[in-house]
Amino acid sequence: MDRFAWTSGLLELGETLVLQQRGVRLYDGEEKVKFDSGVLLLSTHRLIWRDQKNHECCIAIPLSQVVFIEEQAAGIGKSAKIVVHLHPAASNKEPGPFQSSKYSYIKLSFKEHGQIEFYRRLSEEMTQRRWETMPTGQTIQVNKDPQAGRIRAVGIVGIERKLEEKRKETDKNISEAFEDLSKLMEKAKEMVELSKSIANKIKEKQGDITEDETIRFKSYLLSMGIANPVTRETYGSGTQYHMQLAKQLAGILQTPLEERGGIMSLTEVYCLVNRARGLELLSPEDLVNACKMLESLKLPLRLRIFDSGVMVIELQSHNEEEMVASALETVSEKGSLTADEFAKLVGMSVLLAKERLLLAEKMGHLCRDDSVEGLRFYPNLFLTQS
Amino acid sequence: LSPFTAGKGFWSEMLGVGDFYYELGVQIIEVCLALKHRNGGLITLEELHQQVLKGRGKFAQDVSQDDLLRAIKKLKVLGNGFGIIPVGGTYLIQSVPAELNMDHTVVLQLAEKKGYVTVSEIRTSLKWETERAKQVLEHLLKEGMAWLDTQAAGEPQYWLPALFTELYSQEITPEEAKEAIP
Repeated sequence: MDRFAWTSGLLELGETLVLQQRGVRLYDGEEKVKFDSGVLLLSTHRLIWRDQKNHECCIAIPLSQVVFIEEQAAGIGKSAKIVVHLHPAASNKEPGPFQSSKYSYIKLSFKEHGQIEFYRRLSEEMTQRRWETMPTGQTIQVNKDPQAGRIRAVGIVGIERKLEEKRKETDKNISEAFEDLSKLMEKAKEMVELSKSIANKIKEKQGDITEDETIRFKSYLLSMGIANPVTRETYGSGTQYHMQLAKQLAGILQTPLEERGGIMSLTEVYCLVNRARGLELLSPEDLVNACKMLESLKLPLRLRIFDSGVMVIELQSHNEEEMVASALETVSEKGSLTADEFAKLVGMSVLLAKERLLLAEKMGHLCRDDSVEGLRFYPNLFLTQS
Repeated sequence: LSPFTAGKGFWSEMLGVGDFYYELGVQIIEVCLALKHRNGGLITLEELHQQVLKGRGKFAQDVSQDDLLRAIKKLKVLGNGFGIIPVGGTYLIQSVPAELNMDHTVVLQLAEKKGYVTVSEIRTSLKWETERAKQVLEHLLKEGMAWLDTQAAGEPQYWLPALFTELYSQEITPEEAKEAIP
């Protein structure tokens, strides 16, 4: 802990914040120290720890002091930790909370999780060593260019240059991010191949696997978005699994739908059903595939997809077009309403309120006023007063 | 015990399936719903990560940002407009069905550097005409994803609340939490 120095916690010119995590406690080697509850910040140049209760208490250590890092898994009653092994403190180090230490390492204890992500990013920074190529500091640096013998100073020109570098860096990051996307797509291709090979193995071993296992595997494949491999003609009309699931859903959702005016968005349904299940949760694909079968199975609910792509479950008895009539009344009473205002008045989610108003507009009952202040709906007087 | 349902095992992680990811999906939806009125339905992966960790509590399994991305990709199929937008080395997560085309995305990426962007900056960096820049910014304003600062010295600045670092780790208020529970 004697490698730490007091700091204002402000990032310097050229230093960028990479990640921050609350709820971190520090250890000097194996011993707890009084820095027990703070925000740990990782920048391109330093590790900074700031006390959550007293923001003035802020200490930092340059990343160049780090020799290597290790992960220490969580245990019963113990948080996950990162062990940071350090070089000895430089003789010209700024003053810090500890003058000496018998340990050459510290531990970062993640009481509120976040250890996995922090370890990954810290490892990346240790590999990239960006502090070596990005000079920081407000002080004038005298740096003789060996060829031209010029003196480079950090002033207005230096600041402009750094902004230019940062802009270039961002452009590079954008194209790198797109590179990552194409790597992800490669991975997706691999997984599709994997699923196909598993499907083929099922086909070959039809005799050795029980029907129950086969059904389970088919439903897993479907939940990964792969079409049923064994009986292709059932694709589209779903499997036994989804049919059973659809019937289950009709049972579970009847009351909640009645309580919510007969309509719920699919995300609400996903949350409600999975919170109720607790275990053996539904994948989003399974939910959608089951809901697609509701109508054909003549169940009392149906799936409806709005123009915007928003998907909802409605009671068969629910008639959205009729609800539009009452929405028109409400809007007329108030003169005009935004989706937010309408949602609050009627007690609906903003998402569904907006869909209802859009439907009313589509049916010609409402007009929109689309300004930067928001989207506002008015009764369509052209229709009623012509 | 099925290899797909018990916790986050090797296969679950490879394929993004199993209870771990489906439950994470629920938590992601709830955080996005609670914060939507603040940021218009755009949130950085970092802030989402912090809020999800907070919501999960001390005794739950840890979650990485990659885990969040895997879960979000699954959620797209629900039609709620979940999307992942790469910006400056990280990602913005969209959780509302607002239509964001390439023009909007590029402006978001430009705004990510300082948290805000101006019409002049768009003209200079992207070489667009004023009209095109204004249309994109107005769309973001209407969706609540951008706020307008007309008091700024010089020209008006369009800020993205999703990028306000001061809002990071701000607690979700009880009113916001109510909005999130169906």
